[in-house]
This record gives sequence, structure tokens and C-alpha cells, in this order.
Amino acid sequence: MNKIIKYVLHDIFRNRILLAYVVLLSLSSFGLFMMNEDVSKGLSSLLTVLLIVVPLVSILFTTIYFFNSYEFIELLVAQPLKRSNILLGVYAGVGLSLLTAFWIGIGLPVIIFDGTATGWYFILSGSLLTMVFVSLAFLASVITRDKTRGIGIAMMLWFYFTLIFDGILLMVMFAFSDYPLEKLTIFLSCLNPVDLARIMVLLKMDISALMGYTGAVFNQFFGSSLGIVLSMTVMLIWIILPISIALRIFKRKNL
Amino acid sequence: MISEFKFCRQLKHNTAVTKPNFAEAPFIRACFALVMLLFCSFSQIEAHEIIVKQGTKINTIQKALAMAQNGDIIRVTASTYFVQDLLIEKSVSLIGTGYPVLDGQKKSNILIVRAPNVTIKGFIIRNSGISNIKDKAGIRVEKGDSVSIIDNRLENTCFGIYLAKVKGGTISGNTIHGINSVIQSGNGIHLWYSHYISILNNKISGQRDGIYFEFATHCTISRNLSEQNHRYGLHFMFSNNDTYTFNTFRNNGSGVAVMYTKYISMTNNTFDQNWGSSSFGLLLKDISRSTISNNTFSRNTSGIYMEGTSDVKCVRNNFLNNGLAVRMLADCEKDTFLLNNFMGNTFDFTTNGTENLNFLKGNYWDKYAGYDLNRDQKGDLPYRPVSLYSQIIEKLPSAVFLLRSFMAELLDKAERALPSMSYVNLYDNEPSMHMIQR
Repeated sequence: MNKIIKYVLHDIFRNRILLAYVVLLSLSSFGLFMMNEDVSKGLSSLLTVLLIVVPLVSILFTTIYFFNSYEFIELLVAQPLKRSNILLGVYAGVGLSLLTAFWIGIGLPVIIFDGTATGWYFILSGSLLTMVFVSLAFLASVITRDKTRGIGIAMMLWFYFTLIFDGILLMVMFAFSDYPLEKLTIFLSCLNPVDLARIMVLLKMDISALMGYTGAVFNQFFGSSLGIVLSMTVMLIWIILPISIALRIFKRKNL
Repeated sequence: MISEFKFCRQLKHNTAVTKPNFAEAPFIRACFALVMLLFCSFSQIEAHEIIVKQGTKINTIQKALAMAQNGDIIRVTASTYFVQDLLIEKSVSLIGTGYPVLDGQKKSNILIVRAPNVTIKGFIIRNSGISNIKDKAGIRVEKGDSVSIIDNRLENTCFGIYLAKVKGGTISGNTIHGINSVIQSGNGIHLWYSHYISILNNKISGQRDGIYFEFATHCTISRNLSEQNHRYGLHFMFSNNDTYTFNTFRNNGSGVAVMYTKYISMTNNTFDQNWGSSSFGLLLKDISRSTISNNTFSRNTSGIYMEGTSDVKCVRNNFLNNGLAVRMLADCEKDTFLLNNFMGNTFDFTTNGTENLNFLKGNYWDKYAGYDLNRDQKGDLPYRPVSLYSQIIEKLPSAVFLLRSFMAELLDKAERALPSMSYVNLYDNEPSMHMIQR
């Protein structure tokens, strides 16, 4: 398995797309931090990049990489290796390389400009979000054999988590606006890793003061140690669940 | 000399009217000048200087006060004097050289002024008593008209300078740092039922309210710095016809509050970093016929929060990087926003109603995305400062959950494409294309 990881890492680090991703992230983060004389303002602009670009690139890059190395995976399957080891090896390789890209592109500038707890929280949430979307990409890839379809499913997943879910949430809120919804929204936010990551970072930032009563309820929950543990657990579940489903499908799959 | 001249002129005029004979005029003038001269020299002889010094006969301020007469100067040399409830009932000038310390030992008031024309200058006044029932102050002035409190340092006082029923006076160059307690702190400069007071160049921190006005009219508050107070940097209640200019209010518990007042002029002030979930730069409640001009509101949760205001002119202010620049409740009417800059605010304007009785024109909005075809420097499309997302939050407070999400940004973009989605009837018909220089 280690050999597979090593090979995948070696393969990806030569990849120009990953390099472009690193450059894009560092340009946007350095640019945003330098444009805003106020660090917290730069960080809050960078949040948009974190919530839109990072999931999109993570899920698309992983899916495309998986399909491009399909023949390599087929070759490995022909060897006396466990299928789960093969998939997990590729998963770890892709995940590690995307995490490295994220740490260099966003982590480093954030630490340089804002080394406070908020910055570390930001990086932690981004890393978790990257892994969640790599997991989801593996799920999208093993469901189908067709590259275009796989990419389509990946895109749909991204679209669902960044936009459609929030739209549905807003509609639900309108429908049940007569009821106290704060606790319900805490629960609903657990159903979307992007929302969860956003709330986790947002509550650490100044802007949370704008959230009024709802923000106070969130702060009470996500600020407590139980809330932090719980939200981390939910994020981990979002990483483990898709990849284990993908593993199960991959094991039984007729390649 | 001027008054004499005027008097003579009047005299001349009168005599000219009654008698055409001018022969007596020079004589009267000479007599008058002589009397004036005598009077002046007399009063000069009258002003004694009493020096309070350790090791001499007069080693306490009490002794000096007992000896003093109206108009005397008491010079206090540097040392520590333990005083409490020291009553000043004569019109004297109390002047400290080398900052003598008046220590109240946390018992009661330190100085109490009950005479007109008293000056207190150059003291360090510290450790007043702390009480929840009585307002204990560093310097308490009761009916002492034309008081001057200049260049003092007040430390650990419950109330700093407390004026009750004072007419005329100056409070300038004082530094007031309170006991910094959330519950027990008093106000830095407290005016109750006082009029025509100038408050200049003071620095106030660690108090409950930096400056507090209740029934104080015709006062000027200028070039003060009020920061890190637990409640308001400045607090107005029922105090008409006051002016405050060039002040800085920074990082106070909840900003500046101006309430139930008419004819206030607020110009060239800075409202900075009043950040917190129930904080604001400037709170206006039931204010009318007032002017807010050339102020800077930066990094406040709400720049201005307006409730029940009418006829307030808001001209040439800068709203920079606030959470929400202006929150104007639906009961505000006839307020005008002209030539203001709105830049980097999360929300420019929020309101809780749909009808609008206020007027916006010629402001610069950094979120404005219109065009200017006829090059008159005014945008051709009106700008709607109340964003669709903020309207949704207004109806559905829990929608604030989506703050900073892609969805929220998309909603505002959608509103720009389809303005009919917005139902709040508030817009700037002539938004400026460029930042307004002032």
C-alpha cells in the first residue's frame, strides 16, 4: 500500500494541474491578504475561496485522476493485492497531494498573515473539507465506469453541497418560519460538510457578531467543547462514510 | 477698554441727543477712566497667592481654603494629600504644581465645588469611594457656575467629573481612567442639568459611560477621546442644542447613544471599532432636527442605528468596513442621506419595513454595479442599498445561518439582475460613480 501511495504521490507531483491549483490558491490568498489592510477582512474573503474553489477542485481533480489512472488501477488489480489496499492507496495518495497543495496555497499565507486560533481553525476546516470531497469523488468514480458520467456525478455533488442544499434549507426555513429553527439548523448543518465548515470558521471570526440571536445559539453549541468534538466527528463521518461505501462497491465491482 | 469705549460712545450719543453741549464729555470720560483704573488695581491687590507646601505652616489644602478669600490663588506643591469631601465654597483657583496627588482613600467624593468661578488645575486625583447608591466622584461640582477643570489626571474614580446644575464652564485636557469595573464604574464626565459647558481635549477610558449628558443643553464636546468604556463612549439623554465635533469614540461596550434629543450637531467625529453582537457606532433614538456630517464610521457592527428619528441630515460621512453601515427602522421619517461613502460594509442598509419615508441621494456605494452613459458622474440606474439577502434575514432571522455562503451571494446577484425581486422601497436615484472627496 505504501508503494502505491508513493507512486501516486510521485505521479501527481509531476502533474501540472496540481501545480496550477497551488499557484491559484496562493495567488488568491496572498492577493486577498495584501489587498485588504485588515487581516480579518482578507480571511473572510478567503472563506469564499475555501468554500467554493477548494471543494470543486478537490472533487474534480480526484475524479479525473481516478479515471485517467484507470488502466493503472486495472493493472494493480491483476496483481496479488487486496482491492481495498489498492483503492485506499490511491485515495491516500490523492488526498495527501491535495492536502499538501492546500497547505502550501492557503495554509502558509494564512499562518503568515493570521497565526491566531482563527487561522488554524480555518486551515483545519479546509483540510477536512478537502478530504470530504476527495472521498465523495471516489464514491462518484466507482459508481460508474464512464469518465464523463463520473465527472457529471462529481459536479452534481459539488453543486448540491454548495448551492442546492442551502436553497432547500432556505425553503424549509420559510415553510416553518413560525417555529424556533435555531436548533434545527444546527442539526441540518450537519447534513452538509460545506455548511458545517463555514459555520465553524465563521463563528471564530468577527463577522459572527452580525448573526444576532441565531449566532448566539450557534456559538453556544459550536463554541462548547462538546460542540467542537461533535462537529469534528461529523466531518470525519463525512470523510469515512463515502470512502467506505466506495470501497464496498469497488470490492464487488466487475472492472 | 472696549466696554469703556462703548460706554463713552453711548454717553456721547445720549448727551448729543439731550444736550448739544459737549463741554462735560471729556471730564466724565476722565472720571470714568480713573474709577476703572482704581477698580483694576484694587482687585489686583485683592488676589492673594497662598502656597500649600509640606513643612510649612500651610501644609494642607483645608488650611489654605480657610485662609483664602474669593479670587485667591492656592498653589499646591507636589506631594500626596489625603482628602475626602473637600468642600470648596469660595471662588478660588486651585492650581497644582508638579502634579500633587489628592488621594480619597476609596471613601467618598474627593473635591466638592459649591462656588462660582472655581478653577482646578494640574492635580492627580485618585481613589474616590465606590458606591452603588451614591454617585461618588473625583470632582463634584454643584451649582458652581463658570467652573474650570483643566489638565487634571483622574485615576480610579467611580465618577470622574460630576457637574450638577452648573451654568457655564470648561472641562479641558483631563485624563480620566476609571476603576474599569463592569458593574461599579461610574461615568467619566457626567453632566446633569448643566448648560453652556465646553468639554475639550479630554481622554476618558475604563468608565461606564465616557461622557454622560442628561438635561445638558448648549454644550460643546470637542476633540475628546473616549475609549474602552463599558457602556457608551458618549451618552445623551434629553440634552438639546449640543454640538460635538472632532471626537473619537473607539472600542466602547456599545458605542455612542444619543436619545430623546433635538438640535444636535455631530460633525467630524470618528466612531471606530465598536464591535460586538449588541454594539453600534452611533445609536439614535427619537432624535429630530439634527445634523450628522463629516464623520467616519469604521469597523462597527452597526455604523448608525436609527430608531424613531425624524429630520436628521446625514451628509458626507464615511462608512467603512462596518458589519452593517446603517440600520434604519421603519419609524424613521424625513431623514436625508447625501454624499456619503459606503465602502466595504457587509450590508449597506437594513430596515424592517417596506415603505420608506426617507431620502437618499448622491451617495457613493462600492457595491453599485450600474453605468453612467451620459458621463454626469451619476449612475443611470438607481441603487438599492437594502440587499435581498438582508430582506430575507429581516423576515426570517434564522436565515442568517447562510451568511457568507454561496447561496447568499447568489441571491444578491439575482436581485441585481431582477430588481423587482426586492420589495423594500428604498433607493438612491443618483448614486455617485466615484468616491466622494471631503
